[in-house]
Amino acid sequence: MIEILSVLGPASVQDLGRFDQYRFGVGTSGAMDDIALRAGNILLANDENAAGIEIPMTPFKLRFGRDTAFALTGADAGADLGGRAIPPWWRSQARAGDVLSLKAMTRGARSYLTVGGGIDVPVVLGSRSTQLRGQLGGLHGRSLQPGDVLPCTAPDSSACIGELGTEPADIALARPNAPAGVTVVRVVIAGEYDMYDGVAQDLFWRSDWKVTPQSNRYGYRLQGPAVMPISPVEKRSHGIVPGVVQIPPNGQPIIQMRDAQTSGGYPKIATVIEADLWRIGQAGLGGKLRFEQTLYPDALAAQDEVSAYLDKLRVNVRRLEELRRCR
Amino acid sequence: MTAPDLPRISLLGTTAILFEAPGTFDLPHQRRIWALAAMASKWPGVREAIPGITNLMLTFETPPRAVDSLVSALNDGWDAAQELAIEGRDIELPVTYGGEIGSSLQTVADHTGLSVDDVASIHAAPLYTVFALGSHPGYCYLGGMDPRIAIPRRQTPLQRCEGGSVSIGGSQTGVSASPGPSGWHAIGHTTWTFFDPSWPVPAALAPGDTVRFKVDRVIR
Repeated sequence: MIEILSVLGPASVQDLGRFDQYRFGVGTSGAMDDIALRAGNILLANDENAAGIEIPMTPFKLRFGRDTAFALTGADAGADLGGRAIPPWWRSQARAGDVLSLKAMTRGARSYLTVGGGIDVPVVLGSRSTQLRGQLGGLHGRSLQPGDVLPCTAPDSSACIGELGTEPADIALARPNAPAGVTVVRVVIAGEYDMYDGVAQDLFWRSDWKVTPQSNRYGYRLQGPAVMPISPVEKRSHGIVPGVVQIPPNGQPIIQMRDAQTSGGYPKIATVIEADLWRIGQAGLGGKLRFEQTLYPDALAAQDEVSAYLDKLRVNVRRLEELRRCR
Repeated sequence: MTAPDLPRISLLGTTAILFEAPGTFDLPHQRRIWALAAMASKWPGVREAIPGITNLMLTFETPPRAVDSLVSALNDGWDAAQELAIEGRDIELPVTYGGEIGSSLQTVADHTGLSVDDVASIHAAPLYTVFALGSHPGYCYLGGMDPRIAIPRRQTPLQRCEGGSVSIGGSQTGVSASPGPSGWHAIGHTTWTFFDPSWPVPAALAPGDTVRFKVDRVIR
């Protein structure tokens, strides 16, 4: 088990999400950076959907109740385990009583702590992810607080425990020609794109959008020049998914994220492709975002590229374990 | 641009596809959406078929390599869809109109040129049908509102709207099942449990159920 000692901001238990409850109004939730969560689980030879802790702010501190293999992926958070520095995207071994401390994020916006076997909170409606709006899943359906104790599933006894690291996704999957300090995400245009004239569309594509403080797991509210439709658009409510970029009447885009509502009616100009959604999860408040148009087949190719990165990691981890066992 | 009498079909990235039926926001159209949803939920590769207001979203189990066949299937399915009448449960919800939670009652009155009492009684008059669930766990979109009390959604959505809020957005109305952000105008509140994940079916209401609001009181 793990005891939370100190926490700032809404840290929560997340797996990959809850994907088939839309008809009851229940959104997906799940890790904002799904690649980081998967990579952490792969490093630990866990099921990739095993639950971990999403940590959006530092300082953050916890104590391990027993010997535990763990991995830290996602944002580089200046971690140390009982005074020993732990590199980012790294698997390590804690002893019972060890304190893990995340001091300050220097790259990225969310760190993920995964543990051998996974965080063992009850599965609710098919997932362990915290659904804040529905107050379900995770630990009592809420963000973590100091004093919380999280049970961990006993890991496979044959599982690996040595130190092991991997190349962070933001380096391995870096976008070519991305300007420094700007997160570029690919989008497929959505239903109401044609309701904006060329000037408005240009503003959407060419602006560096500022991530406002009103950005969280529900959505990222952006600030920049107003993108106005040719005439006001009032739509009947329809299903939406994480990644949908809505433009409310004030002309300031909102990107729906993992805790988004399952439906909405503001016009949709585009949708961030699934393969790039994690990049937004790693874009911090005050950061800059830019949209790049892509076509559906290229969006699928981008997803394949993510799969290839994870496949490679999986193969490498397996090979290393086999080598160690042979000795 | 699609002609207004043809369905609109658009992609939501690589995650889902949206079908929007042509025609008016009424029960006959919605019943055909329910029929299309029942059909599409059985199609291979479709994870879930989620009715909206005279529209339908299909989420993908895995994104199809090409979407042409899905587009044709949706168009053909809509042409073939007969009205599916669902006999559901009927509930009555007492509503306190106005007050702190329903502070937009006056906004709606100002926008429509009606008195706050008229807005409340016009809102409570119809027998509403649950058209669809969405937004947040257990939330129901209701059809049947009198267009006289319609009001455009907020320019900027609110970060927090209380659970139990009875709200209007455009020509639609509904009751928030839990607190959260909202772009609608809250005109009152009610207390009722719409959602509990421990129930065998987590949402209390389903498409086809009916709701009647009762004016408990109007706070001016």
